[in-house]
Amino acid sequence: MNIQKKIYPAYFLFGALLLYVFLYVLPSLVGMYYSFTDWSRFDDTVRFIGWDNYKSIFSSDENYLRYIGNTLQLTVVTTILKTVLGLGLALIVGQKLWGKNFHRAVIFLPTVLSFLITGLTFQSILAPSGLLNSFLRTFGLDSWTRNWLYDGNWPFWSIYGIDVWKGMGYIMTIFLAGLMTISKEYYEAADIDGANFWGKLRYITLPLLLPSFAVTTVLNLVYGLRVFDIVYVLTQGGPGDQTEVLYSVIFKLFGYGYYGLGTALSSLMFVIMVVIGYFIIRLLNKEVEA
Amino acid sequence: MATKRLFSSLRHLSVWVVSLIMLVPLLLILLNSFKTQGEAASMNFKWPSQWVFSNYTVVIESGKLLQSFGNSMLYSVVSVVLGIVLCAMAAYVLSRKKTRINRFLYLFVVLGITMPVNHIALIKVMQTFNLMNTQIGLSLLYTALQIPFSVFLIYGFVSTVPRELDEAGVIDGCGSNTLFFRIIFPLLLPVVVTVMLLNFLASWNEFIFPLYYLNSSSLWPMTLAVYNFFGRYETAWNLVSADIVLTSLPVILIYLLGQKYIVSGMTAGSVKG
Repeated sequence: MNIQKKIYPAYFLFGALLLYVFLYVLPSLVGMYYSFTDWSRFDDTVRFIGWDNYKSIFSSDENYLRYIGNTLQLTVVTTILKTVLGLGLALIVGQKLWGKNFHRAVIFLPTVLSFLITGLTFQSILAPSGLLNSFLRTFGLDSWTRNWLYDGNWPFWSIYGIDVWKGMGYIMTIFLAGLMTISKEYYEAADIDGANFWGKLRYITLPLLLPSFAVTTVLNLVYGLRVFDIVYVLTQGGPGDQTEVLYSVIFKLFGYGYYGLGTALSSLMFVIMVVIGYFIIRLLNKEVEA
Repeated sequence: MATKRLFSSLRHLSVWVVSLIMLVPLLLILLNSFKTQGEAASMNFKWPSQWVFSNYTVVIESGKLLQSFGNSMLYSVVSVVLGIVLCAMAAYVLSRKKTRINRFLYLFVVLGITMPVNHIALIKVMQTFNLMNTQIGLSLLYTALQIPFSVFLIYGFVSTVPRELDEAGVIDGCGSNTLFFRIIFPLLLPVVVTVMLLNFLASWNEFIFPLYYLNSSSLWPMTLAVYNFFGRYETAWNLVSADIVLTSLPVILIYLLGQKYIVSGMTAGSVKG
């Protein structure tokens, strides 16, 4: 045991733990405390006000529940779209295909771009006189043209679409890696048994891709609930407050100086995410050990 | 046979459509970055009547791009180097010495992958340590952000390095530092390169933290500088496009050079779970 202590010294952990605890975990705990106060920019004294901040979050007079709803909706919709499209693409470029490396590289490319760049680029494309509308007009689809970031529910779908555009390559790549781990022998055996494409998909590919599904779902969920950049750059939560999500509202509250309320929203998020994270880790650990 | 051929054509067609949808926005930006302001106003694929290369010099000068490029480099490089050393050391010990407390610490750190940051409360913490609105503060923040996922990735990889090496090293008289940095760390190279590339990209693209914690424009990274530039020159899409190209260039370059590592590493972590 002594030799263990010598080759695996505890101080190897200190650096990472120190930074993680102080700049990552501590703020959330400090935030919990402040979420019960009226901490704001306008007043130097910070008073304890109990559950008041949480009451206003859940009050029907306020819009916070709707913002939370927006966040959940974005999470669910983009998770589904990215999973379906990512899997579909992985199935396509995972097989023999002329130029498959090119396609893989291109589809993954948006993953490495910043949301800021993506958002600005699509602001120009979705503008009333932008590329999308003029493309539709060329095909005589004038009635389809609209102000994509203002009209009706389209701001939501614009955000979802761009988010999927940016994120599905990553999901595809994870599924591709999952596909690589499936032994060819299963498919050979299935071929001998005369299985068709759908049969192989249903009984071989999908079940064996389960770990990949777990990983992509985790990534998509965690990303979706914490979404900020793309909303902020594309619509700033607008028009009005229509597309506001949790993180964009927290930033707005920060801007207005309502720090206590902002930390309350953050703390709510913290509890939800830690619970989700706990179950995910238990799930993943089980899989690794199994 | 006919259905098989139809199937195959459909596959080709659909994947080309997707690739095109991926490329069109990027090409649009590239092309318009060489146009005059008038021609770039409608942001289309019309060929420029004259190529305005000076857009780039204008952007670099009026957008203070060199300064923000330097800032972005500083934040990314410092956090990536610091992050990889700290995370590799931690992941190594956590993976090798699975005591009760180390198991708990590993889960505690990995929980950070889903844990959100409380941005507003973080200000209090940053103020306490005098890190608000400083370059070192932002670099340390970026480092902290990387820790959960990096430890997770490296932890999974450490088990591929035979444990016998550790013991052989010790018997040969290596101290733990020499053992780790001379023998183990080089063997972690594939995952180290991956983690560094991923973290560099993430740091380079980071937007929300500078938004909260940097007031002085002289400290801004490229993302924030571009955003601000867009606010001021919203009608000059030729300049905004040039700015976008310059900001994405390092990222795309790294991607093209390190694609193998980025993709293989992301997948190595994900397949193991």
